[in-house]
Order: sequence, then C-alpha cells, then structure tokens
Amino acid sequence: MRGMNPEAGEPPAGIYRRHLKSGVLVFQRCAGCGAALFYPRVLCPACGSADLAWETSSGRGVVYATTAVYRREGDPYNVVLVDLEEGFRMMSRVDGMPAERVEVGARVTLRLDLTDDGPVPVFVLGDENR
Amino acid sequence: MSLRGKAAVVGVAESDLGEVGPGFTPLDLIGQATLRALEDAGLAKSDVDGLFSASAYHHMPTLSVGEYLGIRPRYSDATSMGGSSFVSHLLHAAAAIDARHCEVALITYGSTQRSGGGRLVTGSEADPYEAPYNPRYPVSMYALAASRHMHEYGTTREELAEVAVAAREWAKLNPKAFMREDLTVEDVLASRMVSSPLSVRDCCLVTDGGGAAIVTSAERARELKEPPVYLLGAGEAHWHRSISQMPDLTVSAATESAPRAYGMAGVGPEEVDLAMLYDAFTINTVLFLEDLGFCEKGEGGAFVSGGRISPGGELAVNTSGGGLSYNHPGMYGLLLIVEAVRQLRGECRDRQVQNANIALVHGNGGVLSSQVTAVLGSESTL
Repeated sequence: MRGMNPEAGEPPAGIYRRHLKSGVLVFQRCAGCGAALFYPRVLCPACGSADLAWETSSGRGVVYATTAVYRREGDPYNVVLVDLEEGFRMMSRVDGMPAERVEVGARVTLRLDLTDDGPVPVFVLGDENR
Repeated sequence: MSLRGKAAVVGVAESDLGEVGPGFTPLDLIGQATLRALEDAGLAKSDVDGLFSASAYHHMPTLSVGEYLGIRPRYSDATSMGGSSFVSHLLHAAAAIDARHCEVALITYGSTQRSGGGRLVTGSEADPYEAPYNPRYPVSMYALAASRHMHEYGTTREELAEVAVAAREWAKLNPKAFMREDLTVEDVLASRMVSSPLSVRDCCLVTDGGGAAIVTSAERARELKEPPVYLLGAGEAHWHRSISQMPDLTVSAATESAPRAYGMAGVGPEEVDLAMLYDAFTINTVLFLEDLGFCEKGEGGAFVSGGRISPGGELAVNTSGGGLSYNHPGMYGLLLIVEAVRQLRGECRDRQVQNANIALVHGNGGVLSSQVTAVLGSESTL
C-alpha cells in the first residue's frame, strides 16, 4: 500500500502559515546553538541541530536595508529587510509613509496585511508596543 | 598538488553582440563563439572532449550545447550558480584536465535576451518569503545592499556613479561595447530611478551576447599558436541564495573566494595588473574592490572616485567597459575571462593595459550570492 507517510507530520512552512493566519509571526529557535531562524526549516543552518522550537516574535524590529521600487505608473513602493529583536531577519515593507522616506535604522512594528492570499507581515514606523 | 599553472586558456571569442535581431537562438550564438574560439586556439571541434556551460534557457545546458555543436564530451559540467558559473567552470575544467578526465575543455554561453524581449531571462524561482513584497529581481536586492553600504560607510550616489562613468570611459575604447556615448556623474544621477539608490545607469545592460573559452593542459597549450594564459589560482564561495539570507549586505563571500584564489596563485592584490569584476550594478564594483583586498572595507567609494579606475587611473578595472557599458547577456562571467585573456596577450589596442601579466577575474552570481575568483597569468608569471 502506498500512501502518505504517517510520520511526516506538519511541514515547517505549514506551521508558519497556520500561526500567521491566527495573527502571530513565529520563528524557530535552535535548542542546540540558540540561533533564531527564519525562514522555517527542519534543521539549524548554523549548527545542524534538528532540535528547533517555535517562538512568537514581538514584532519589534529595525530596518536593516531599504529600497524604493519605481514603476511606470503610480508611486514607488518600499521593500525592506527588517531585523527583528529576537535575532532573525526577514524581507518586508514599511507601510504608512512614502517609500523613499523609509530609513535604515528606523524602529518598526509588525502589522498583518490581510490579502486574498492570506496575511502578509508588514511593518509601520514606530515602537508603540514597547 | 596545486593546480597552479597546470591548465591554460588557449582560445577565446565573443559571439555577435548587442542586438542580433529576432530569430537567432542562444545556441546560435554559442555556435558562433565556439567556432571563433577554436579558430583562435588553432584547434578543431573534434579536439574538444570536455564541455562546460550554464544557461537560463536550457534546463540541461551541456546536453543542448553538445547536441547543437555535435560535441560528444567525455566530461560534462553544467554547474549553475548564476553569472559566476563560467569562472567556476574554469577551475572545474583545470581540475578535470589535471585528473585526465578530459584534455580540451570548451566553456560556452549565449543569450538572446535583448532580441527576445528586452528583459532579463532568468530561471530564478520566486522566494516565497520575499515574493509578497515584489522586489524587482535582481536590482532591488543589489539596491538593498547599496542602501546598507551607504548607511554604514557613508558611500554616496555620486561615488556609485563614478563606477558607471569609469566603465563608460573604458567602453569608449572598445569598438565592441554597446554604449559608447559620453556619460557624466550628473547624467547617472539624473537618469531614471529603478530601485533606489540605483538608477538605470547604475544597472547593467540587457543585451544579446555569448562567448567561448578553450582550456587545455599547460603542455598542450605550449604547442598552440597563441601565447597560453595560465590559470594560476581560483577559489569559490557562496553563503546564501536569497538576499534576506545574506549575513551582512556589505560583505560578500568574495572575502573567502579571493584568499583561496590568491593562495593558490601565490599572488596578492598588489600584484594584479587588471581586475575584471562582475559589475551587474555599480555597487558590485565597490564591494568587490573591498572584498578582494584592493582597499579596506568601507573605502570602496573613495577608491573608485576621481577617475582612479578609469583608463590611465591607478588600477585598470573592467577594461572592456564591463556589464555596465560593454555587454551583459544575462550572465556575463564568460566575457570577463575573454577580456582578461586578451589583455594578457596584449591584443586590446586602444584600451591595452601596459605590461599586463596578472589579471584577476571575479564572477558574481545570483544576488551577491555566488562568488568565484580566478587569477590568470602570462608565461612570465609561472
């Protein structure tokens, strides 16, 4: 009999998306070396350990790098890399301000943009939750 | 045993370049370049027994190239890590030749992306954790790196523009360069913004083009008609694929590939007569000059300013005009090798670097992802 491996469990990306749909941004913490991991995986790329635990991010971060992407029509839009305070980095954008005004080093806070494809983690300027 | 001096590039050529017109395929350009490189080497197609290629058009590049050319290799390597692949092939070919897996290696590439639609042809899959934000691949990724370099080191848009201007000054001396009109720092700053801080003149060209390089053993190379250009050293490194996984956007894996190449070659940056650095974007040249040891980290902006990498400057960089002004057919790494070999042979006329004996070739692939450094030398460097 062929069929789905009963030991396969839930894929890392699935766990991530399930949490995101419930309104929280999660990441993995390596029990072996303490590294914070993003994107979700089955092993720690730093030390190789498979002993990873899911944690919820505070959503507080700092803009590590930024660009404004120009298009033929309409205003440019922003793309950033954000360093979350737990020690992982992700691509995102900063909403609520002109794309060119986003600065490296700015403190930002997580928001979820509810799109047809599911919630997308974005950020707004400030650290009101601090 | 080190591979230093064990293999040599004995033939190089470009295909037709620029905009070849509709109907030509990437394999047609590979055919042109291969015939010209074989003629340059004084070898026949039947001499080729090792085949190296990478492509955004063909899922199994060496199969497609071998079939089109009628080459049945006994050693085949389609290592694919972006534009640096062909510099990597140089190292792999030297190792294969040294191990007697093949004797005459053909490294080749072609693209008709300009005639085919004028946009970069890429087989790059979207990163699901980046795709929702619509970064423009690959320029936005390099723009992010530029923004970080500016933040940490005070690098300016004017300094980045100096890279584009220097490339253009070299291109003016190269009849095969795609863009040879005057270009000033002010022109670059005033050009259309694509992904800040990079404007269209901070970005490489989108052209058709291809190339071929023939590599063989040092022994056989000495029997051929052109002076051999020896592979003195080479090194590879990669740390990430997606820009969000790059540990420090101001430090590339060239900081590892370069010491590997220098170590094998037994030379340092101070002995390099010309540097061919993969300039997909102006920030690349700044980063690589730093990471390859030509200046300290953070000093790349000053290093490129005031015409110091232009013709007649302190260091000859991208003497063909580079990906910025000469040609950029999607993946440009092979054309770095072509120019370096011609410079070391003394064939470059108006843009010839005097007393050029050691050339550094540095390939970049993906989004500052793969870094491959090679050191090439003339007979006198052995």
